[in-house]
Amino acid sequence: MITRILSPLCLVLTAVLLVSPLMAADRNSMTIGLQLEPPHLDPTSAAAGAIDQVLYANVFEGLTRFARDGSIIPGLAKSWVISPDGAVYTFTLNENVRFHDGSVMDASDVKFSLDRARAEGSTNAQKALFAGITSVEATDSQTVRITLDEANGQFLFNMAWGDAVIVAEESIGAIRTKPVGTGPFIMERWQKGDRIILSRNPDYWGEPARLDQVTFRFIADPNAAYAAIMAGDIDAFPGYPAPETLPGFESDPRFRVIAGSTEGETILAINNQAGPLADQRVRAAIAHAIDRSALIDGAMFGYGVPIGTHFAPHHPDYLDLTQLSAYAPDKAKNLLAEAGYANGFETTLKLPPPSYARRGGEIIQAQLAQVGITARIETLEWAQWLEQVFRGKDYGLTIVSHTEPYDIGIYARPDYYFQYDSPAFRDLIKTLSATNDPARRRDLVQSAQRMIAEDNVNAFLFQLPQINVINAGVMGMWENAPTQATDMTAVYWQD
Amino acid sequence: MLIYALRKAGLLLLSLTLSSLVIFALIEVIPGDPAQFMLGIGAEEDSLAALRQELGLDQPAPQRYLAWIGGMLLGDFGLSYTYRIPVLDVVMERLAVSLPLAGLAMAMVLVAAPVIAIIAAWRHGSTADHVVGGMTQIGIAVPNFWLAILLIHLFALGLGWFPAGGFSGWHNGSGAGLRALFLPALALAIPQIAILARIMREELIRAADQDYFRTARAKGLGPLEALLRHALRNALLPVLTIAGMQFSFLLAGAIIVENVFALPGLGRLVFQAIAQRDLIMVESVVMLLVFAVVVVSFLVELAYGLADPRVRTGVRPPRVRKGP
Amino acid sequence: MSSFNTRLQRGGMVLAGCLALFALIGFFWTPYDPAAMAINERLNAPTALHPFGTDHFGRDILSMLMAGAYTTLAVAALAVLIGVVIGVPLGLAGSARKGRMPDEAILRFNDLVFAFPALLTAILITARFGPGAVNAMIAIGIFNIPVFARISRAAALPLWQQDFILSARLAGKGDARIALEHILPNIVPLLLVQIAIQFSIAILAEAGLAYIGLGVQPPQPSWGRMLADGQTIVAIAPHVVYAPGLAIVLSVLSLNTLAEVMKQRFGLMGGRG
Repeated sequence: MITRILSPLCLVLTAVLLVSPLMAADRNSMTIGLQLEPPHLDPTSAAAGAIDQVLYANVFEGLTRFARDGSIIPGLAKSWVISPDGAVYTFTLNENVRFHDGSVMDASDVKFSLDRARAEGSTNAQKALFAGITSVEATDSQTVRITLDEANGQFLFNMAWGDAVIVAEESIGAIRTKPVGTGPFIMERWQKGDRIILSRNPDYWGEPARLDQVTFRFIADPNAAYAAIMAGDIDAFPGYPAPETLPGFESDPRFRVIAGSTEGETILAINNQAGPLADQRVRAAIAHAIDRSALIDGAMFGYGVPIGTHFAPHHPDYLDLTQLSAYAPDKAKNLLAEAGYANGFETTLKLPPPSYARRGGEIIQAQLAQVGITARIETLEWAQWLEQVFRGKDYGLTIVSHTEPYDIGIYARPDYYFQYDSPAFRDLIKTLSATNDPARRRDLVQSAQRMIAEDNVNAFLFQLPQINVINAGVMGMWENAPTQATDMTAVYWQD
Repeated sequence: MLIYALRKAGLLLLSLTLSSLVIFALIEVIPGDPAQFMLGIGAEEDSLAALRQELGLDQPAPQRYLAWIGGMLLGDFGLSYTYRIPVLDVVMERLAVSLPLAGLAMAMVLVAAPVIAIIAAWRHGSTADHVVGGMTQIGIAVPNFWLAILLIHLFALGLGWFPAGGFSGWHNGSGAGLRALFLPALALAIPQIAILARIMREELIRAADQDYFRTARAKGLGPLEALLRHALRNALLPVLTIAGMQFSFLLAGAIIVENVFALPGLGRLVFQAIAQRDLIMVESVVMLLVFAVVVVSFLVELAYGLADPRVRTGVRPPRVRKGP
Repeated sequence: MSSFNTRLQRGGMVLAGCLALFALIGFFWTPYDPAAMAINERLNAPTALHPFGTDHFGRDILSMLMAGAYTTLAVAALAVLIGVVIGVPLGLAGSARKGRMPDEAILRFNDLVFAFPALLTAILITARFGPGAVNAMIAIGIFNIPVFARISRAAALPLWQQDFILSARLAGKGDARIALEHILPNIVPLLLVQIAIQFSIAILAEAGLAYIGLGVQPPQPSWGRMLADGQTIVAIAPHVVYAPGLAIVLSVLSLNTLAEVMKQRFGLMGGRG
């Protein structure tokens, strides 16, 4: 009986070990690791950044697009004219653009896509991007005229988002599993739970991709990610989730570790209406109690740029205000005493799943304890965080990275979860959005940065790094993440 | 006997109905809005409302419960909130990983556990027995995620014999598939081998104490031969029952191992579905798992009832210890 | 019984005693504050000052291990207690009326709890009530209820037919009183063995919950959380997981040995043991 079971199993085992297809490194294809799998493949009806990480610039394109340095460059629109009052944009489209199903992309597709996104009952996750649009007209097959209700200095930027890509009307029914775009790669196959495979679009209208095939593999577990790269199963992992293991890659000549930047301002968000936290002195005390360099070392293993306000340090208009909230525990204690909390107070520290929040939370808890503040940690899933913290505003402190680019405007919303209610700031943002002159915009946005820092709305921690672990032979990957994207067009193997 | 079977079947239906209510209630009270999760923090109120309506979340709970149950009776498990394709399609894809994984692990258990048990029972009291005993103790004592990580470090990173995780599907040939499943199956199997081997060793030693075994030995059979010919058969029945129970545990209990090996199995599907508030997916998969376990144990009981009239009056088959 | 076995078992019991002592001391005193961080001294290898080294926040691993012993063992102990306190009365009630109403209902309840995937249920419970030591206990404890109900029912069933029970009945005692005064004392040995086994499983369950981020919340340390926190760090500083991993393995080993010893002492072993 035993041998009867044993012998076939031995056979199978030997076969398994022998068959092991040690595929020779294929120079025309590449495997990219990503932490999150997209739920479906329609970037225009979900907030999941995971969708854009696979499809943005690879499969789908918009009128404008983010370049690798974060600037806004022409996409499907080759040029545009803005009316003198700043409210009418006339886009001229590239010619000979075809969707992957062979149909021609023209002005009517642009009109369809934008109208669909802004329609009543649309499930676009960033509907605010389209809020000012009053009409979209296809004046001829290559020209689109978009009229806004007022001047909007952000409009070209808005059109570059993954939520504003151009889709084909006839493919909408199946877009969630079979996305049809205009990009340099075509959706090939989706092995759900494991990988998505894209292949090169031979008829691409622009500069074609250099690789024949790109495989995106989804590995959520940091340990599994480490093992997959080390074992050579994965050629590049943008947004690598385990900074603690980087010394292992840095000392290994097979790999390169590149720390770029993201648009993620990581903040200790403070409920500005909750008991002691409503007092600006208390919030200032919290800010001074936090040692950013210890935090970055401890939670991010040294990766991350300290910030003193809600603005990306790599942006030309960034103002370094970290000195306003320098680490000064004694000052923090004095501020607390001044506010009537000489013996400290207790509050909650609600932490969403990412490791920057969980690890950062433990460190901040310890740092706050040094000045007498007891922060009770509660770890939450994202769904709970959204419900309790974001919608319910039932929290004292929380740590989160705000990954939307140029999103200082959220501080002008008194019902936003920080509950920061400042008429002066609202006026500032209103003026900013009606301004087109770059120098004037710079002044305004810097005043805004200073205002929220001086009001200590939140404690500003660090800019979330984009950590890329890359096989030494892989060239052309984006180092920074100006938007959540993994543009594979220019990526190739070095010979 | 017929009345016995009917009564059992009635109880089975009652159990299933009750479980469906418990599952639905359990999931109903979990905080978190699926629509908000999917659309994120930039979503406008009207987009959220539109999505809730699209998902049917605007209907009252009793109505949703009836729709869910009614659908399942007709073989329609609903549409996943997250993936927007039928739940059953997703489950089938995941079963293509989970079933072979559980099967492979079970095969390892069924081969290794008896061999270990026989060696230990044959050399009962010897050093070999103690070594095996110690190893099975350790096999039980190591936390399973830890075991999985150790296996990856040893066999994938160190020796490079197996991939470190992931599963590319069966279309690349069954060799690649089996290779991807080997380490995770081993991680699942080791604690189960340890448990089963210990139980079987005791059964064998107990059987070796019986009269028929002594008779066989008296007839001149060697100790190993007597053990294999006579004791093993008698020790096998309770072992098979336990193995049956372990299989259902392997199917649903692989979440942690699937996570460490980044395998797209059923356990991780539910784990993710809970995090993403894909509630219909969670409900349906948990219900399927409960259904499988309840029906299997119903069949086992029925078989026992057929085989042994005493069982009909209350003595129940042994059950396996269940880990987390 | 061979002398090897005796020595092994004595070793197991000494080990169990040491662990209990370790947890007890950890409750009152640790060499350092287990929550005190020193980021610039993170991931230091073992030294005389820090015999088990420091973790990724520069905390003293020995102190965390001592404080964590109390947490882990308390969570496990209470999870088992939940099972005993609810499960044993259920099992006894069932055995008193074999095959009739409460018995059948309890059996079905047992089957149902068994049918639910344990880890998933734990996740659902924490999704509703939030993670924390208490909810971890409950999540683990629920699955101990049917274990104890089943084992006490099975052990009690044959006892009800015995002469001493019949004479107790004649003396006018009710079912509940008989169960408490006559049945329970007779099944205690069996329950003790099962308690040791479930205790060891609960320790592993705590580690499993910690791995998926449920269970005890910071800054309270637990073995499971130490092991889970260290899982990626092992690649560059393996010492962070030696201590908690060993602690878990040793305590499970010693509890299982304890169970074996009790089985033999109480004469519950099948065959020659």
